[in-house]
Amino acid sequence: MAEQALTGGSDPHPALFDAVLELADDHLILGHRLSEWCGHAPMLEEDLALPNMALDLIGTARTLYDYAARQEGKGRGEDDLAFLRVEREYRNLLICERPNGDFAQTMLRQLYFAAVMEPYWAAAVDSPDAVIRGVAGKAVKEMAYHVRHAGEWVIRLGDGTDESAARMRAAVAELHRFTGELFEESTASAALVEGGVLPARGDLRGPWDRVIGMVFAEAGLEVPEVPFPQTGGRRGLHGEALGHLLAEMQYLQRAYPGATW
Amino acid sequence: MYSQGLIGADGATEETPEFLARFQARIDAEEKIEPNDAMPEGYRRTLVRQIGQHAHSEIVGMLPEGNWITRAPSLKRKAALLAKVQDEGGHGLYLYAAAETLGVSREQMTEELLSGKAKYSSIFNYPTLSWADIGVIGWLVDGAAIMNQIPLCRCSYGPYARAMIRICKEESFHQRQGYEIVMTLARGTPAQKEMAQDALNRWWWPSLMMFGPSDADSQHSDQSMRWKIKRFTNDELRQKFIDATVPQAEFLGLSVPDPELRWNEAKGGYDHGPIDWDEFWRVVKGGGQMNVDRIRDRKKAWDEGAWVREAALAHAEKRAARKAALAAE
Ligand SMILES: [Fe+2]
Ligand SMILES: [Fe+2]
Repeated sequence: MAEQALTGGSDPHPALFDAVLELADDHLILGHRLSEWCGHAPMLEEDLALPNMALDLIGTARTLYDYAARQEGKGRGEDDLAFLRVEREYRNLLICERPNGDFAQTMLRQLYFAAVMEPYWAAAVDSPDAVIRGVAGKAVKEMAYHVRHAGEWVIRLGDGTDESAARMRAAVAELHRFTGELFEESTASAALVEGGVLPARGDLRGPWDRVIGMVFAEAGLEVPEVPFPQTGGRRGLHGEALGHLLAEMQYLQRAYPGATW
Repeated sequence: MYSQGLIGADGATEETPEFLARFQARIDAEEKIEPNDAMPEGYRRTLVRQIGQHAHSEIVGMLPEGNWITRAPSLKRKAALLAKVQDEGGHGLYLYAAAETLGVSREQMTEELLSGKAKYSSIFNYPTLSWADIGVIGWLVDGAAIMNQIPLCRCSYGPYARAMIRICKEESFHQRQGYEIVMTLARGTPAQKEMAQDALNRWWWPSLMMFGPSDADSQHSDQSMRWKIKRFTNDELRQKFIDATVPQAEFLGLSVPDPELRWNEAKGGYDHGPIDWDEFWRVVKGGGQMNVDRIRDRKKAWDEGAWVREAALAHAEKRAARKAALAAE
């Protein structure tokens, strides 16, 4: 099949590779973080739910890496992109790489991410790009489930015991500073937004604020002021935690170059 | 959402000879025993012990394989391993539910696991040292589990038999997937093949031990066979496993680490070298390298999750109270 996903017969946009890679990195890195919980969750039901969500994210990442690799046309595949780049080349949002912390932080991080990606994919189901449309159709349902699952936990914990409420407030204090980045456009994504291929992140702020506002109201949490918002993931300016995640994730690919697994 | 009271069978059956004979007649007629049926206390206790151990094995078994999820070598393998470990958690869940029909709660069983009172399969007290271990565990450990579990799909206790049908389907998928990982390694670079052979060397004997002590030394077998909780002896199942697995190893070009392994034409099966039962009992009694770590990990997850479970309960109560207050207005 010709690698011509954009309708209308025009050449693929030169920024498509970078923009798709950004999305793929978000999903892989957050999926990897969730997978770290497997077997260590607070209850058996969550030992099933957390890998479920991780699998959703990793599945989306695979489709996107594969698409990016085909766009690039240099013979790289999904695993080359996922495993064989260095820290500065990863383009994920900072919130995706934040360490799991406790269960409150993990659930809040998931809510923050899913509450932006649900409207994102909902808008992308009309993209002229067939691959993006395909991913969006599946991911929008998954993200709706993640919003529900994580949102319910934020409410339970925020409105649970004194300890859980304190932990939930600490999670908000820890993670809210990374949420501004969710709505930033990179150079690559801006170019595709202009062409109508990807949804504009600025438009997602309203829906995100509404979901977070509703959940926080029920959870008894306050949306904090953020004096120093943190950003930089799209330019490869990560926190220190990402390097360790990658060292672990890339170990076999690095130790046995060129092997097939 | 999380606490489950005592349900199902009371232990107060009067075990007259007539009652026991009637029960045995139902078993002999291949009738399924259901949760609300009268059953001898010994039958109930045997099942609780066996299903509990089985459930704990699924849960503890998530740890050695979980050890490689974050280091899986490709996205495909990472997703497959995550899904596999998640399946094992699901098996634990069905089995705890089956045990609950016999009147023990999941909390109770969990406490028995964490206190060391309840056992789980000893195989999980060995460490996973390389990626090949993930393949070999799927191939041998899930493979041995299937041999053990297929007959349990016909177990006389209905809820256990039904749980096993679903579980066996997934275990055989795990077994094929594991074998495929080992095959990829065996056909890969020399370093990968060596990794596969090393893993087979380390997991072969512990896998044979999964079937339990030799028939001569097995205490629970006879009564369990009469009650049709068990249908084959440990040695019979072990023999089936060896006969199925040795040709698979040969096909991969890997050698089974047993110099005495020989095809025996007369019995139509393999003869094998002696199993080191001292090692088996040492690991059962807590002397394996990972016994302490496995329970510590489970206990850590349980203890560190306590505040989450308490919060969920507190929230549910608040919610119910608010609802009741609203209804009263
Ligand atoms: Fe299992
Ligand atoms: Fe399995």
